[in-house]
Amino acid sequence: MDLRVRALESLLVEKGYVDPKALDLLIETYETRVGPHNGARVVAKAWADPKYRLWLLDDATAAIASLGYSGRQGEHMVALENTSRVHNMVVCTLCSCYPWSVLGLPPVWYKSAPYRSRAVIDPRGVLADFGVTLPDDVELRVWDSTAEIRYLVVPERPGQTDGWTEEELAILVTRDSMIGTGRALVPARRPPAPS
Amino acid sequence: MNGVHDMGGMQNFGSVVPEAGEPRFHAAWERRAFALTLAMGGARVWNLDQTRAARESLPPAQYLASSYYQIWVDGLITLMLERGLITREELAEGRMHDPPAQIPNVVTADKVAAALARGSPTERPLAGAARFRVGDAVRTKVLNTPTHTRLPRYCRDKRGTVTMTHGAHVFADANARGQGEPQWLYTVRFEGSELWGSDTSAAAVHVDCWEPYLEAG
Repeated sequence: MDLRVRALESLLVEKGYVDPKALDLLIETYETRVGPHNGARVVAKAWADPKYRLWLLDDATAAIASLGYSGRQGEHMVALENTSRVHNMVVCTLCSCYPWSVLGLPPVWYKSAPYRSRAVIDPRGVLADFGVTLPDDVELRVWDSTAEIRYLVVPERPGQTDGWTEEELAILVTRDSMIGTGRALVPARRPPAPS
Repeated sequence: MNGVHDMGGMQNFGSVVPEAGEPRFHAAWERRAFALTLAMGGARVWNLDQTRAARESLPPAQYLASSYYQIWVDGLITLMLERGLITREELAEGRMHDPPAQIPNVVTADKVAAALARGSPTERPLAGAARFRVGDAVRTKVLNTPTHTRLPRYCRDKRGTVTMTHGAHVFADANARGQGEPQWLYTVRFEGSELWGSDTSAAAVHVDCWEPYLEAG
């Protein structure tokens, strides 16, 4: 593959179809700048700020854009809130649709046949693969991203976090908790205040 | 198309196994393949649904045996060959024989940030009113579209309830054929039992459906 892609790139550069500097910039953007820390900030703000939470649940595209996250593969956003009664989990059975603007590029498992095939028929089995067990009375809702709507799960806020700042809360928000294959981290203790 | 990419509900693919360390890319060529695909997408010779159609039209055995970015590379090459942007001989040698084709846009480095920030919104104005409203009972049609479609096999001829309306969006099925007309887009909730009988642990599966997929339930 290495030689094949190199030949392809050389050819496309020679033809003037692509700019190698643009390719470098695209890679740098998604390797270093865009990632789940974006989504974690959105979730932490929704946990800390009731007005923002309502806005996010009502118009996620605008609420997320207000924090500076918009654009490619996040043009039309919907936020789904997990509670003690309802657990949401997101998949793309047909390809790999994923909210890049808030989570970055999807992990390999999200794009893999095991996840895409099983998430819609046996989501509890998939959760077990991640070591997550939900009580039987929790309603498990799966969301198959078949159009250009991108879904962000807002995980349940862990207990013992009263009074935490958004920055402190964001540390608890894992990527998997925003896909719905995990929960937010349970804090051992509040991080020490910066001196 | 009833292809192998349409995996929802298939069995025997095994467990989901997260990777240790989860590198975004696994080899240098994956980085370049990713960037080449995005840059050529920005050239506006084809649209996103045509990209998806090219990938899912790979021979089934090849699709299943390929890694994710291998599928991207093969899809990209298919699109470029089909549209006469490159030839097989050029690709084999990695150098130009024929003069370049005219393309609408070259994504140069100075355009990258703005293009990513803008993305490709798919909402469009559409005259008239949407046929369905939140709470309406609907049924997906029996469709076996031989070209690109976003109605998965597992939710055809199934009863559901509209839970969200999203306005009108570019209709993927038509867009893949180069026709951009928008259609009303809905999120439809299907009960797990409607889709799978008792052989499921899903309470419900939500699927985004354009109006041509639906009839009153």
